[in-house]
Amino acid sequence: MKLPLWFHRLGSPPTFYAFAARLQPWCYGLAAALAVYGLYAGLVLAPPDYQQGDSFRIIYVHVPAAWMSMAVFVFMAVAAFVALVWRMKLAETLVLTAAPTGAAFTLITLVTGSIWGRPMWGTWWDWDPRLTSELVLFFLYLGVIALAQAFEDRRAGRRAACLLALVGVVNVPVVHFAVTWWNSLHQGPTVRMFGESSIHPSMLWPLLAMAVASKLYFAGSLFARTRVALLEQEAGSAWVRRELEARGHV
Amino acid sequence: MSPKQKRRLLAISLIVLGAGTATALALYALSGNVSYLYSPTAVRDEGLEPGARFRLGGVVLEESIQRQGGLKVGFTVTDRVNEHAVFYEGILPDLFREGQSVIAHGRLREDGVFEADKVLAKHDETYMPKEVMDAMERARGDGASPAKAY
Amino acid sequence: MSEFLAMGGYGAYVWSAYAVTAVVLAWDASAPLRQRRALRRRQPRRPPPTPNNPTTTP
Repeated sequence: MKLPLWFHRLGSPPTFYAFAARLQPWCYGLAAALAVYGLYAGLVLAPPDYQQGDSFRIIYVHVPAAWMSMAVFVFMAVAAFVALVWRMKLAETLVLTAAPTGAAFTLITLVTGSIWGRPMWGTWWDWDPRLTSELVLFFLYLGVIALAQAFEDRRAGRRAACLLALVGVVNVPVVHFAVTWWNSLHQGPTVRMFGESSIHPSMLWPLLAMAVASKLYFAGSLFARTRVALLEQEAGSAWVRRELEARGHV
Repeated sequence: MSPKQKRRLLAISLIVLGAGTATALALYALSGNVSYLYSPTAVRDEGLEPGARFRLGGVVLEESIQRQGGLKVGFTVTDRVNEHAVFYEGILPDLFREGQSVIAHGRLREDGVFEADKVLAKHDETYMPKEVMDAMERARGDGASPAKAY
Repeated sequence: MSEFLAMGGYGAYVWSAYAVTAVVLAWDASAPLRQRRALRRRQPRRPPPTPNNPTTTP
């Protein structure tokens, strides 16, 4: 199995740095535009739910964040796999620069879910399989971040973090299928890839807009973090010096 | 791919496969032993003794809610096959209503009534505006809400 | 407007959920900016001139 040439080119730090710098503003910009539409449509245009009233509007931050909390971990696992097998340094860096944003989305999922659960379910927290596995996911993110800094030898720490990202990905299907496998407190999936979604279109469109916005935001945030990480790793090389001397360029 | 990379690929695939299998087995074992909640039928079949603590799940039977003054309330939980009486004193969640799925935490009393110390309302995955839901119910021709039985 | 803020009685829940999201994302988005600033502070403005690299002298 040989990796294609463009893959190796993109793996070179200055090339990736320039590539990320070009895409980053577009990701942030499109994410902001979609979020403005999604928030307006979700908070103002969408009608209240027949059972939950206006409290259902928490869905527009909770569900996109929950989807991202799983998607980011899968991304990290794929990058970790490439990093461990081919010893690709950039892939290793991507595992670690994706982790904080993934942890942020997981935290948002847990907190907003708890805020919704208080009036609707009648409790802030319950040791329901979905909630518990999402909490485990949060600790896995923290574990990846902590492990990378826990070793005297920096390379060893990063490799251990990659291994945890790879093994920890088994928790993602547990989070996703928890509501199907066990009959518990958390409701089943509302939006389905196949088959009919049990949500009215006027409520669905803002949700999809927010979902795409969260993905673009993650890409932008990943580019921003990875660029800084590359500057740090390659400190002292000519391209980094040039980059740091250029003023006002962020 | 160099032999070294091939060996790493094999080793890492085995680790992931091992972790996945272990998790799957653990989950499989867990699903047999631990029940997150008992339906009224399960309570009867398992022969749960008075004093037993568990979660009782089901739908609030229509016209079974009795307010007994203060925050005291009695109602019946059904899985549409068997029923179980519940007593609770406290604040009910906003989604608590007839035909709604609920999960009650508590214990079985000597007289067979389930005394709950916490009642949680389970939400279904439907999100609809009120007008749409009303129209759908009119079209169906009956007033029964489409609550899912456990 | 006040009706919009009240969110049918769920205002406190809805707005605190959105506030938490905004704060967490603001922290996440600003982290790379903070790291970059720290990096720039650590890096000398210009590398010290060396005899075999005269192009870096001002």
